[in-house]
Amino acid sequence: MTWSATARGAHQPDNTAFTQQRLPAWQPLLSASITLPLFFCVGLAFIGLGLGLYYSSNGIKELGYDYTGYPGTSNCSLCATAGRGRSPPPACSCAWYFTLPELFQGPVYLYYELSNFYQNNRRYGVSRDDAQLSGLSSALRHPVNECAPYQYSAARLPIAPCGAIANSLFNDSFSLWHQRGPGGSYVEVPLDRTGIAWWTDYHVKFRNPPLVNGSLALAFRGTAPPPNWHRPVYELSPDPNNTGFINQDFVVWMRTAALPTFRKLYARIRQGNYSAGLPRGAYRVNITYNYPVLGFGGQKSVIFSSISWMGGKNPFLGIAYLVVGSLCILTGFVMLIVYIRYQDQNEEDEDEE
Amino acid sequence: MSTGRDSETTFEEDSQPNDEVVPYSDDETEDELEDQGPAVEPEQNRVNRETEEKRETFKKDCTWQVKANDRSFHEQPQFMNTKFFCIKESKYSSNAIKTYKYNAFTFLPMNLFEQFKRAANFYFLVLLILQAIPQITTLAWYTTLVPLLMVLGITAIKDLVDDVARHKMDKEINNRTCEVIKDGRFKTAKWKEVQVGDVIRLKKNDFIPADILLLSSSEPNSLCYVETAELDGETNLKFRMALESTHEHLQREHSLAAFDGFIECEEPNNRLDKFTGTLFWRNMSFPLDADKILLRGCVIRNTDFCHGLVIFAGADTKIMRNSGKTRFKRTKIDYLMNYMVYTIFVVLILLSAGLAIGHAYWEAQVGNYSWYLYDGEDATPSYRGFLNFWGYIIVLNTMVPISLYVSVEVIRLGQSYFINWDLQMYYPEKDTPAKARTTTLNEQLGQIHYIFSDKTGTLTQNIMTFKKCCINGQIYGDPRDVSLHSHSKIEQVDFSWNTYADGKLAFYDHYLIEQIQTGKESEVRQFFFLLAICHTVMVERIDGQLNYQAASPDEGALVSAARNFGFAFLARTQNTITISEMGTKRTYHVLAILDFNSDRKRMSIIVRTPEGNIRLYCKGADTVIYERLHPMNPTKQETQDALDIFANETLRTLCLCYKEIEEKEFAEWNKKFVAASVAPTNRDEALDKVYEEIEKDLILLGATAIEDKLQDGVPETISKLAKADIKIWVLTGDKKETAENIGFACELLTEETTICYGEDISSLLHTRMENQRNRGGVYAKLIPPVHEPFFTPGENRALIITGSWLNEILLEKKTKRSKILKLKFPRTEEERRMRSQSKRRLEIKKEQQQKNFVDLACECSAVICCRVTPKQKAMVVDLVKRYKKAVTLAIGDGANDVNMIKTAHIGVGISGQEGMQAVMSSDYSFAQFRYLQRLLLVHGRWSYIRMCKFLRYFFYKNFAFTLVHFWYSFFNGYSAQTAYEDWFITLYNVLYSSLPVLLMGLLDQDVSDKLSLRFPGLYVVGQRDLLFNYKRFFVSLLHGVLTSMVLFFIPLGAYLQTVGQDGEAPSDYQSFAVTIASALIITVNFQIGLDTSYWTFVNAFSIFGSIALYFGIMFDFHSAGIHVLFPSAFQFTGTASNALRQPYIWLTIILTVAVCLLPVVAIRFLSMTIWPSESDKIQKHRKRLKAEEQWKRRPSMFRRGASSRRSAYAFSHQRGYADLISSGRSIRRKRSPLDAIIADGTAEYRRTVES
Repeated sequence: MTWSATARGAHQPDNTAFTQQRLPAWQPLLSASITLPLFFCVGLAFIGLGLGLYYSSNGIKELGYDYTGYPGTSNCSLCATAGRGRSPPPACSCAWYFTLPELFQGPVYLYYELSNFYQNNRRYGVSRDDAQLSGLSSALRHPVNECAPYQYSAARLPIAPCGAIANSLFNDSFSLWHQRGPGGSYVEVPLDRTGIAWWTDYHVKFRNPPLVNGSLALAFRGTAPPPNWHRPVYELSPDPNNTGFINQDFVVWMRTAALPTFRKLYARIRQGNYSAGLPRGAYRVNITYNYPVLGFGGQKSVIFSSISWMGGKNPFLGIAYLVVGSLCILTGFVMLIVYIRYQDQNEEDEDEE
Repeated sequence: MSTGRDSETTFEEDSQPNDEVVPYSDDETEDELEDQGPAVEPEQNRVNRETEEKRETFKKDCTWQVKANDRSFHEQPQFMNTKFFCIKESKYSSNAIKTYKYNAFTFLPMNLFEQFKRAANFYFLVLLILQAIPQITTLAWYTTLVPLLMVLGITAIKDLVDDVARHKMDKEINNRTCEVIKDGRFKTAKWKEVQVGDVIRLKKNDFIPADILLLSSSEPNSLCYVETAELDGETNLKFRMALESTHEHLQREHSLAAFDGFIECEEPNNRLDKFTGTLFWRNMSFPLDADKILLRGCVIRNTDFCHGLVIFAGADTKIMRNSGKTRFKRTKIDYLMNYMVYTIFVVLILLSAGLAIGHAYWEAQVGNYSWYLYDGEDATPSYRGFLNFWGYIIVLNTMVPISLYVSVEVIRLGQSYFINWDLQMYYPEKDTPAKARTTTLNEQLGQIHYIFSDKTGTLTQNIMTFKKCCINGQIYGDPRDVSLHSHSKIEQVDFSWNTYADGKLAFYDHYLIEQIQTGKESEVRQFFFLLAICHTVMVERIDGQLNYQAASPDEGALVSAARNFGFAFLARTQNTITISEMGTKRTYHVLAILDFNSDRKRMSIIVRTPEGNIRLYCKGADTVIYERLHPMNPTKQETQDALDIFANETLRTLCLCYKEIEEKEFAEWNKKFVAASVAPTNRDEALDKVYEEIEKDLILLGATAIEDKLQDGVPETISKLAKADIKIWVLTGDKKETAENIGFACELLTEETTICYGEDISSLLHTRMENQRNRGGVYAKLIPPVHEPFFTPGENRALIITGSWLNEILLEKKTKRSKILKLKFPRTEEERRMRSQSKRRLEIKKEQQQKNFVDLACECSAVICCRVTPKQKAMVVDLVKRYKKAVTLAIGDGANDVNMIKTAHIGVGISGQEGMQAVMSSDYSFAQFRYLQRLLLVHGRWSYIRMCKFLRYFFYKNFAFTLVHFWYSFFNGYSAQTAYEDWFITLYNVLYSSLPVLLMGLLDQDVSDKLSLRFPGLYVVGQRDLLFNYKRFFVSLLHGVLTSMVLFFIPLGAYLQTVGQDGEAPSDYQSFAVTIASALIITVNFQIGLDTSYWTFVNAFSIFGSIALYFGIMFDFHSAGIHVLFPSAFQFTGTASNALRQPYIWLTIILTVAVCLLPVVAIRFLSMTIWPSESDKIQKHRKRLKAEEQWKRRPSMFRRGASSRRSAYAFSHQRGYADLISSGRSIRRKRSPLDAIIADGTAEYRRTVES
């Protein structure tokens, strides 16, 4: 087994740890001393985490209202029946009244939720032009083919923003009114409609095309709005920082959802008297009902929610952690028993050998 | 109905004269014969045609025309073959050889074409095309293109490197030089410039550049010695002889330049030993045969220079015709892997079809009513479903792992390098490292069931050493000092008193030396004198040292022994032999040499001593010698006993004897001898008869015992391999006795073994056949084969069978005559039907018999086949391969093993010994048989484990990755939406998950090499396919499926309602994709960590590096900068930073990873505790075993001489050079100037006949 290095042959292989497969190595074994503590520790940690998650999720308040308006369910059913079909219904409003017996701890967020709406459908998801949305003039004039049939209008004008996602922009609007005392007048609660989109989306991904003579409208000249839209993209909001492609409602909508039931942030309530939350009292949400969902069996809701360190209310993770943690401990005990039982046997086997 | 009847009837029917000229060499069996004749042909036609053929045979066969010194002759239009439309090419190849495949221009197209011939690559090409169709494309074009380009690129680079090496080799060979006649003078030319018809001159030790006709040489009679090691592996010199007339007239440069001979000969072929042609020169024609041809690849030896005419050049040469055609071998795992890929492919199609149906249904239920999904095409749901089928084929294509094949190749290449680098398989004495010549078979080394080993040169060193002798009834050779005391420890005999001793002989019996020196017993001196004079060895003086050139190693050993003991053979001329007898030179007149052949089994020499006495000295096998002894031999019995003792010690024995011949008697005999040696017909028989007359009444001198030295460590290796449940069969051309001897010597056979011979098992097989026939009858196929052992179990049995018994048993008998007759055209439909029926029956019987034989042989612990031809060796390997479905390995060193090496799953060549042929056709080569244990038990086992782990993980990883799309499709309307970013899909297989598993495949080892060798039982997992089989495959798939479920459903639960900590909803598609992808990457990389049992820093680096690389690349691809540059290509801008900011998402990832991995840990721990495998146990006690090894070094094994077996005598010998003498041609003493290279030259040696 020895090879002297006295006279090295011309073809003698190198004697290195690598070539001789003797690299220093750690050969871990799943021994009991590693596995059992692992399971107990992980189990305990998970249970702790799970409890934390569970309680913080429970501490979050949520208040929602399904205003889809299936016949007889709410006062939105009138609008809903009116708006059946594909064509946008005439502006119709309805309202949701609710009373808060105590302070709704803030900050409070207003979401809308759509269900049975497949924003994650592949055909739908690709129907957009990111180059156009990031303000490239060439893309503005020549939207990509994926946008079809919302690529060019009937008048052969390029549609801006093109594509099915933009065309199906959610266009219901909400306003919140607060009645401080019974019989008192409703005061409009200020809704912060800015800052609801990701910073990167608002600043990087979505850019308006360069202004022409300082006017956004001119920049969009020669384009057509999506067929479902009532107004061109540059008139989405009077605020010049919130119109065009960088309109935050639009940006939020364009970030398509992962699942067919999804929430999107509509506004934050953090201004004036409402920065600490919604004080107790009666409230009314005025809903402009534009968006047809009955045709595909969808539902829409409006939701008030507060937030904790882990986000919104969602009991799943907490429970999952608790379950996994407990299973770990259980498995740990099973393994311990098995280990003790078979340890003896294996040793006996070896003695026999 | 007996099948034998059929052939008999045919035989009787056709007793009329028939074609007897079908070549029928020993190696051909029935199968080949059948292929030769046209099966269906009216007889009359055939006969007619054949007579015509015979007339034209000569012309037809000899269509190759060569004209000396006339290049323009070979460029004539009739020698041009049209290649393409108008490009013509000479049928004479140039001497430049071309083994490379590509040149600079053809590399790209040809290599791509070859790569796309592979199914996997073609599949991805089809995918690429599918992706280009806008209606069905579901993934960006680069998702398939980038991995495919990488795979193609790596393969192309490997091919390129190989081809560059070939270019270099070719260049080196093509630029070798020799001397060619040009413009009337010899000029140095490169090999590639040599052309057919050139006259060339070669010097001593030159390689022969082409197949040339020997015209003349510097030696008398234009003898030319060549070494043919590269062709047939034989190292002993062969001689070639030129035609007499060319020898006479073509010695000078100007005469050679003027040579204008014309040769007609056969077309180029690959028969090394055949050549027919005619030389037309000076209005005469001379027949040419293989003895006048020097073949490319041989080396000129002992000949100053020679001249030749190039007949075949380059690709037409016989060596080139013989190369190529290597059988493409694939491993068991390869086949399994292919089936698995097909399985996955079927799964892919089923999944896609199911999802497509789902999509059609969904479209009908939901999609059609969802106004927001309107896409302007009024496609029906079923059409959309159809499109989505292809869409899903594209999305789920990663289930078939694209980088699988290339990764497997890379791992195998790495393993091969580890084999090449292994110092413990490096043989310093010959400076030969082990070499994996085929890089695609490594893991098969871990699955070997049967080893077929050659004997000579493989188990043995093919070195013979003089060990013992028996002189006058007294045995010499055991260690003892002068005073007859045997000692256990005694120093070697000192030969320094003898100036001619070569110092290589190790001898321990000082008493024998004393006997020689004192000369007390005349027989002792006589004995060694006989050894020095009775042989056909040639001697050469190199730097004043004697150098013997023997026809067989035995003879060499004997002559060297005599030399060491003071009787040095110094020189021989044609009719004299000079010997130094204890320092005094004496020259003996050689009167006759009665050469060895395999029938005579003896050789004799008749000499006249300087005193004038005539003596005959003879050595030969004991059986033949004892028959010819004078009845009054006192030491007969003692010698016989000695022979028995020698045989028991597995030594090879020869008997020596002599007799005095009266002058008159010799004169009488010599007359007969001369008459016989010029007999026109049956000269050999006549000579044998004459020899017989004089070789009688011999006086026994004694016997020699030669050790056929085993290679180092052979018995240990064999017992190790046997413990690993590997069966070893020895296949040898040697005789039964020799083979049996070696079987005992290398402990394949022991005292307890019951040995069965061919005749024993023949009857066993016969009864078995009868039973089977009786039982089965017509319904033979319906009865399940019952396995009943031939022998009572528990007994240690060995089978020794000879080649002829093999043929007998396996019904490979030469039924030449009846077979040929069968070629006859069947007259009626009925007859034809009958014939095919009986043929089929015969085949079934043969198959049954073969199967029975293999079953029987496999019940024996050892099998030795002796006297087998190379073809039979291959046949035996093939039988086991076919009927046992076991992995076979053949190991050998010589040209006769090539067939077997090529047939076996794995062929191993012993390098550095004889020629190169076995090595050239082998898959692995190394210098010593004992390295086989390391190759199999260490490298093979590791490679197998690595490959299995690699494959299992690879399938798991791709399933875990791909099936997430499947689960996701239930939530996105089966719309072929992907669950990941396109770039992630592109890079997953090539960057994020490939390196750790590759490194594991290269470096992993469960137990160290030392422990692998110490516990050969670890090897059986490979033999039984325990680590990778369909069950394991499905378990891996299931693991992948479960992982993908966890990977999808835990984030799904978390995303159902979630919002981020700042209120923004991160439940968007892109964050979801990032979450799953991150969890996936961490899971699969940690999983490979769990699978890795040998963590080196590279492993750790690669695992954490892959995860880091993933995050690095992801953050880059999601950065603002890259979005500004390519807004459409990178759509996930900002997702990573926004999503991974959320603690919620990290909690989701941690939970997902934990749920994926913890059950694996638990299951592994439990199974290890409850059902520990052999390797688990050893790993557990690794430390203890290592400590043990420190103090318990193996004691050296020494088990010899304990046997009390009775064995017959072995005699290994070949025909010597004496046939030079009997070739009988007049010799003029005209010698070219020549420094005495062969002392006094062998040429004179030829004279003897005439004298």
